[in-house]
Amino acid sequence: MKTIIVVGNGMVGYKFCEKFVVQSKSKDFKIVVFGEEPRPAYDRVHLSEFFENQDAKALEMAPAEWYKENNIDLIVDERVSEINRKSKVITTAKDREFSYDYLVLATGSSAFVPPIKGVEKEGVFVYRTIEDLEGMLSYAAKLKAKNPNARAAVLGGGLLGLEAGKAVMDMGLEPHIVEFASKLMPRQLDSRSSSVLQLKLESIGLNIHLNKATNQILGDDSIIGMEFGEDDILDVEMLVVSAGIRPRDELGKVSGLEMGVRGGIVVNNKMQTSDPTIFAIGEVALYNQMIYGLVAPGYDMADVAVNQIIGNTEKLMPAEIDMSTKLKLIGVDVASFGEPFMPASKGHSVIFENKTQHLYKRINVSLDGKSLLGGILVGDASDYNMLHQVFLNGMPIPEDAAQLILPATEGGAFGSALDLPDEAQICSCENVSKGQICGAIKDGSCEDLAGVISLTKASTSCGGCKPMVTDLVNETLKSLGKTVKNVICEHFDYSRQELYGIIKAKKLTSYNEVLDSCGSGHGCETCKPLVSSIFASLYNVTPNKEDVTQDTNDKFLANIQRNGTYSVVPRIAGGEITPEGLIVLGKIGAKYNLYTKITGGARIDFFGAQLNDLPAIWKELIDNGFESGHAYGKSLRTVKSCVGSTWCRYGLDESVSFAIELENRYKGLRSPHKIKGGVSGCIRECAEARGKDFGIIAVEGGWNLYVGGNGGATPRHAQLLAEQIDNETVIKYLDRYLMYYIQTAAPLMRTAAWLDKLEGGIEQLKKVVIDDSLSIVEDLEKEMQFLVDAYECEWKQAIENEETKKRFQHFVNSDDRDDNLVFVPLRDQKMPEHWKN
Amino acid sequence: MNTILSQYKTTAINDVNVWFKAGAVSDFFENGGGCIKYKGKQIAVFNFSRTKQWFACQNVCPHKMEMVLSRGMLGDDKGVPKVACPLHKKTFSLETGENLNGDLDAIATYPVKIEAENVYIGFSE
Repeated sequence: MKTIIVVGNGMVGYKFCEKFVVQSKSKDFKIVVFGEEPRPAYDRVHLSEFFENQDAKALEMAPAEWYKENNIDLIVDERVSEINRKSKVITTAKDREFSYDYLVLATGSSAFVPPIKGVEKEGVFVYRTIEDLEGMLSYAAKLKAKNPNARAAVLGGGLLGLEAGKAVMDMGLEPHIVEFASKLMPRQLDSRSSSVLQLKLESIGLNIHLNKATNQILGDDSIIGMEFGEDDILDVEMLVVSAGIRPRDELGKVSGLEMGVRGGIVVNNKMQTSDPTIFAIGEVALYNQMIYGLVAPGYDMADVAVNQIIGNTEKLMPAEIDMSTKLKLIGVDVASFGEPFMPASKGHSVIFENKTQHLYKRINVSLDGKSLLGGILVGDASDYNMLHQVFLNGMPIPEDAAQLILPATEGGAFGSALDLPDEAQICSCENVSKGQICGAIKDGSCEDLAGVISLTKASTSCGGCKPMVTDLVNETLKSLGKTVKNVICEHFDYSRQELYGIIKAKKLTSYNEVLDSCGSGHGCETCKPLVSSIFASLYNVTPNKEDVTQDTNDKFLANIQRNGTYSVVPRIAGGEITPEGLIVLGKIGAKYNLYTKITGGARIDFFGAQLNDLPAIWKELIDNGFESGHAYGKSLRTVKSCVGSTWCRYGLDESVSFAIELENRYKGLRSPHKIKGGVSGCIRECAEARGKDFGIIAVEGGWNLYVGGNGGATPRHAQLLAEQIDNETVIKYLDRYLMYYIQTAAPLMRTAAWLDKLEGGIEQLKKVVIDDSLSIVEDLEKEMQFLVDAYECEWKQAIENEETKKRFQHFVNSDDRDDNLVFVPLRDQKMPEHWKN
Repeated sequence: MNTILSQYKTTAINDVNVWFKAGAVSDFFENGGGCIKYKGKQIAVFNFSRTKQWFACQNVCPHKMEMVLSRGMLGDDKGVPKVACPLHKKTFSLETGENLNGDLDAIATYPVKIEAENVYIGFSE
């Protein structure tokens, strides 16, 4: 058994382990991993997501258990400080010693902090680790408490600097980017594309300062500004330094390995350092006189090192490394591939620029016009994957190369993704070829996209190739004659959205009509409630019209509970109720001996009602001014609210009044799943509105509208749809958003999951709901208004109709009740006896 | 609990000694179900009018022993008529009583006949 010690548990160090353990020969080796940070390796590429959810776990490459399961000793929070190459022993900062047969240095890099006077002041941060981010967050919170308009600067306008700029903006600080060069992203972009990017970033609120050399950081203990020239000062209270990286090569220096002039541990194409038992991979390795600061080459290096150690010595690092990148910076697509800047002597450039749309595309074509050499895309990188493939595989290009980047022509210039050669590398992070992706479907090992992704790992790292992987899987399935779509059940060969369209177009109104005209068989518990829900969303008919196709809760207009009894929830809009109302509810609860509880949605729930009693209970509620709360429906539940400005000394607007208005507007609205709302009177957010399907928060100058939030099994914060809008606009946008969701979501899909699945996410939703990119908002509003106007209390319908009342008899041939029910006492109330099996 | 289940035994049409009148056809919702009481037993009766068939079975779902099957939804599984329990959507064949989406015990089924717009359920005793 030989021991491999991996120093560094970052993305590349982790990838080494991952690639190692799947090798059959890995049994002959023991791996010990040292990480200096207090947690297992995480995804640094997506570090800025930490600001959205502050969930370090979500960024983990693999949980700590993964290492255990794969027999890897993971030692975190312990830095390796020395290597004794003669005795093959390493020493850690805790003075422990471990011997190795092979040593893999994956120590990565650290942020480069230029030697500027005052850089040590409080409030100056680097942007590298989760701990850095936590430090920034708490500092920003302190600043904002003192001054809500506090400003922060980022030193460095490169890729990471702009990411940091977004982070600063998300923290609610006024963001400033300070760059030494005369353009943003100087390494990836030419001047024209850089100025397009700059325009776009400025339009979303970033302040950009170019050609600025920082002389010193001002302030006594904490930073209060940056000085560039004598009279050139920028007042900022926080600074994030993102001026490049430096390899963490201390171990190489102290142990006498061959080093680069400006740092980095020199490696050959086997990833070996000058000591053949020591390998270096990732951002600490100097290969071709270069440090490669991208994750894809780092992963390739990990793969080479794994193969070299295991004995597959023919696996070498290629001499030319593809530095193409595509990323989304603050919501803006930026990509460059091949040779982005090209001297005129080598070829011609074709440039498309549209500053009004913040678009820039450039491709570089060989002098003979036959091959693609590289290019730059800003604003819209949807063609990146295909262009990159054309470049990598030397595929022929159209005679008029401009077709490759001009706004889409009929059929597109590319043709199908299936035209790519099998060896085309689709996922460069995980090194997955087109042949592997299509092969997994063709040989039957996988049936769908999820299967292919889990088998090949394609698109699991940066995710940039996901659209292409999806295309390949779908095209391959199609070529095999397999259908790709999600059908409802064996009775309908359609998705919910398709069936919705058919029912609407054909104006079908009964379940049997739908089944006869576009389904087969006799229906089931999946398609019946689904069709009923579509009817309700289209015509706002209540479940009383066709009760036999309703789910049990809708059929009996109450929630079935554990023992087959029901719970009853009257609407208490916005959670506002008079003392008299409470007394009425109390009396009804006592009369029918119901277990009574206040729900999470701030209303009152009565449990243990027998079927026979439901109409009588409803009648008493209705006689006293109550109505159905639709707690049983896939429909609007509650719009929760805090008390708002009518009473609260902090409140900015009347959250209760608005919550009541919204709850009454959307009550009874049937949808693919339940809908919850919240309205908070200020940013303290006591109504927890951002955990709801729609959340509205009062701010200076109006309401902020958030959508797609969720509590439940996968909690999700709602995302900002529009800012500082008035009541009328909130309702207008909500009408459109809810109706669009109702029409397009899959069955039983909450808004959070729907928004996740929506191609383009929140930005696309903004386009549809606010900019009317699909020209449908007028219809959506009309349809919603129709539903609002058609509202009727279904409890009232049920008790007024003698025929309907028959539904609530337990026995057809007797007035008896179900005598099988047994209740036991619980804290002065009752509960059903426990299930026995 | 087994004492509840032991009351319900699948009855073949040849073993019927009593045809119990459960009610008029109009007492049962089309494509829906109702529960009847016979000698302390609860029997679910289904009017599967889409296929012009009638079915009867025990009202108790063998999963959690609650008297709820008559409130379940009708449908078919590749042509086999079935009912889905309203509590956890366990589905049972209305022809054989077999649990179609799990390995619960089969439910007891009973023959149904319609005479002069009345619904009769067949019992052995």
